[in-house]
Amino acid sequence: MSDYNFAYLDEQTKRMIRRAILKGLAVPGYQVPFASREMPMPYGWGTGGVQVSAATLTPEDTLKVIDQGADDTTNAVSIRKFFERTACVATTEETANASVIQTRHRIPEAELSEDQILVYQVPIPEPLRFLEPRETETRKMHALQEYGLMHVKLYEDISQHGAIATAYAYPVKVEGRYVMDPSPIPKFDNPKMEMAAIQLFGAGREQRIYAVPPYTKVVSLDFEDYPFEASKADHSCDLCGAEDSYLDEVILDDAGNRMFVCSDTDYCRSRREAGHSGRLGEEAA
Amino acid sequence: MTPLLQVKNVAKMYGARIGCTEVNFDLYPGEVMGIVGESGSGKSTLLNSLAGHLTPDRGEVIFDTRADGPVDTVTMSEPQRRMLSRTDWAFVHQHARDGLRMSVSAGGNIGERLMAVGDRHYGSIRERAADWLGRVEIADSRIDDRPSAFSGGMQQRLQIARNLVTGPRLVFMDEPTGGLDVSVQARLLDLLRGLVREMGLSAIIVTHDLAVVRLLADRLMVMKDGHVVESGLTDQVLDDPQHGYTQLLVSSVLQV
Amino acid sequence: MIELNNVSKSFTLHNQGSAVIPVMEGASLSVKPSECVGLIGASGAGKSTLMRVIYGNYLAASGSVMVGGTDVATAEPREILELRRHTLGYVSQFLRVVPRVATLDVVAEPLLAVGTPVNAARDKAASLLAQLNIPERLWSLSPTTFSGGEQQRVNIARGFAHDYPALLLDEPTASLDAQNRATVLELIAGAKARGAAIVGIFHDETAREQVCDRFINVSAFSPRSAA
Repeated sequence: MSDYNFAYLDEQTKRMIRRAILKGLAVPGYQVPFASREMPMPYGWGTGGVQVSAATLTPEDTLKVIDQGADDTTNAVSIRKFFERTACVATTEETANASVIQTRHRIPEAELSEDQILVYQVPIPEPLRFLEPRETETRKMHALQEYGLMHVKLYEDISQHGAIATAYAYPVKVEGRYVMDPSPIPKFDNPKMEMAAIQLFGAGREQRIYAVPPYTKVVSLDFEDYPFEASKADHSCDLCGAEDSYLDEVILDDAGNRMFVCSDTDYCRSRREAGHSGRLGEEAA
Repeated sequence: MTPLLQVKNVAKMYGARIGCTEVNFDLYPGEVMGIVGESGSGKSTLLNSLAGHLTPDRGEVIFDTRADGPVDTVTMSEPQRRMLSRTDWAFVHQHARDGLRMSVSAGGNIGERLMAVGDRHYGSIRERAADWLGRVEIADSRIDDRPSAFSGGMQQRLQIARNLVTGPRLVFMDEPTGGLDVSVQARLLDLLRGLVREMGLSAIIVTHDLAVVRLLADRLMVMKDGHVVESGLTDQVLDDPQHGYTQLLVSSVLQV
Repeated sequence: MIELNNVSKSFTLHNQGSAVIPVMEGASLSVKPSECVGLIGASGAGKSTLMRVIYGNYLAASGSVMVGGTDVATAEPREILELRRHTLGYVSQFLRVVPRVATLDVVAEPLLAVGTPVNAARDKAASLLAQLNIPERLWSLSPTTFSGGEQQRVNIARGFAHDYPALLLDEPTASLDAQNRATVLELIAGAKARGAAIVGIFHDETAREQVCDRFINVSAFSPRSAA
């Protein structure tokens, strides 16, 4: 056991964060301000998500941390180690075994259940920010549901690219009320947000927490004549052969050879273990 | 006939200093009123107080709303007032940059008010944006260009299109031709006159340019030190001014 | 139709020691439909001032100026504008228009203002311009670049576009050649025939004799102090 308080933060701070989380769950999509603490890692490394996870974890929990779908990248490994050390909780790479999953920029492929919590790391929580830089004004716009500006952004996309080119951080409307930034997840993941698990969003530098309760309606904004499309690379996974998962493109050599692999490493591994195989599955294995 | 706008005893103070005070007038549908006066006379303060950008310290600004008839806009709720300023009101700023989104294309600028009131069909939004570009004499090939690539006169016309696309009934204009060279001014004035008549707009135009009000305004209000010193029919006030200050103002205009 | 009762007018020059210059006193006149009254008097006697008072361009100091049931001396701006749109026309010596507007539209504007369909308004404007010998190739240009005589004729066409029940004519025939003068006099006669009440200033004596039913010498309205 370490000399840290359970999960690093002191009890008063965790209580403050839990209050913000509960308020966020009560008002889905609404950005609740909270007194974000200095964490032993730089901003941009998930300080918001870590604080939300710290306030959420109990000693009985099993934690999984992913970065862009992968369990083995620096960010995911260091956060997992952080909680192993400060909270002594069990950790896992298997989505189904985890009770709390902290994620950066992905939703796991496997369907989540009612006893799971998904914690997102959020760089910029304000979806209106790039069109209206004044925070006083964006708060008023949320309060009065003045969301015309969101569609101006999509309009610009179509007029410039012939289609809505926004591929990640695609804005959604939660339970018919607040427009919300789903954090930089690919828009392929947007439809999954209507799920059984609790979704919590933490932005450390911006000091905001927001939440989507289970089975909440989450609609991606679009135009009648340019409906929302959850897109992905038009390939199957070269390792496990999955047709339905979000893929990363990997350049193999200077000759331009490349492969597509599942961004969700756990999903890919479990499929291969179940005997599925893709184009390069045999040689890679 | 119900006045579109009834202004009753409006006053705006900046601490102990008077912004404007004791302003009273009725504006009827289709009427264009000019407010003239030198810099610091309170004309812009008055305009901003009427348009809801500033909260008057005293008085009522009663607008004849489509749904509920005459309502005092000073005491109405903020969402209602903001809704009004996106639908039935328009505000044309002196500097087009204050009224445009410079990082959004011309089409997006015009479409914003449509999307704000719930239009969700890209094709129809774009069609109306193109139509309005035509009405303000901008080639529709410029629809995807940003206003930063436009000349001053084009920016001002784009601002007008952006404001008028939702068919407002009352337009506030703050020095709409200020800072434009004279040939561009003439074109803009002609355009505004046409739109005012076609759409049956009422307008309140603040300017210090007497030639502008002579061409555009039916009525004139002359302000000095926050007070209205004279008002009446535009050509009567300009050709037969009754107040000493107006006489000075009219006689100070350089003849071309 | 036009009825002035004991009208006076003075100018107060606030910036020149508040000097009060009385220019007109006790002006009374009455013009019936289908009647044309000519104003006469020496230059500076106040003919144009009287016209401007009737049009509402100058504010009468006292008395009443009734035109078709509206007292111009006390009416609200919008009432005067309504009167000018429908009832009271004015042909001045000077053309004042927005630059860049085509001549045809300048002439058609008074018709559009009373709700005439665009095509009908333009047809009427075209026939008036043709009647007044403005070459058709000029119709699409702004009259601001025209010669003085052309501008005056455009102005006359504009003044006669809508059939006003009351008309004020300030030297409509000045500096016109014989042929155009005849056309203008025809237009005036036509207006009279349809029942318009007309007050005019004509320096041209033949024209004056031809259209005016009677004359009023405005010297009679000069203030005693100035006389």
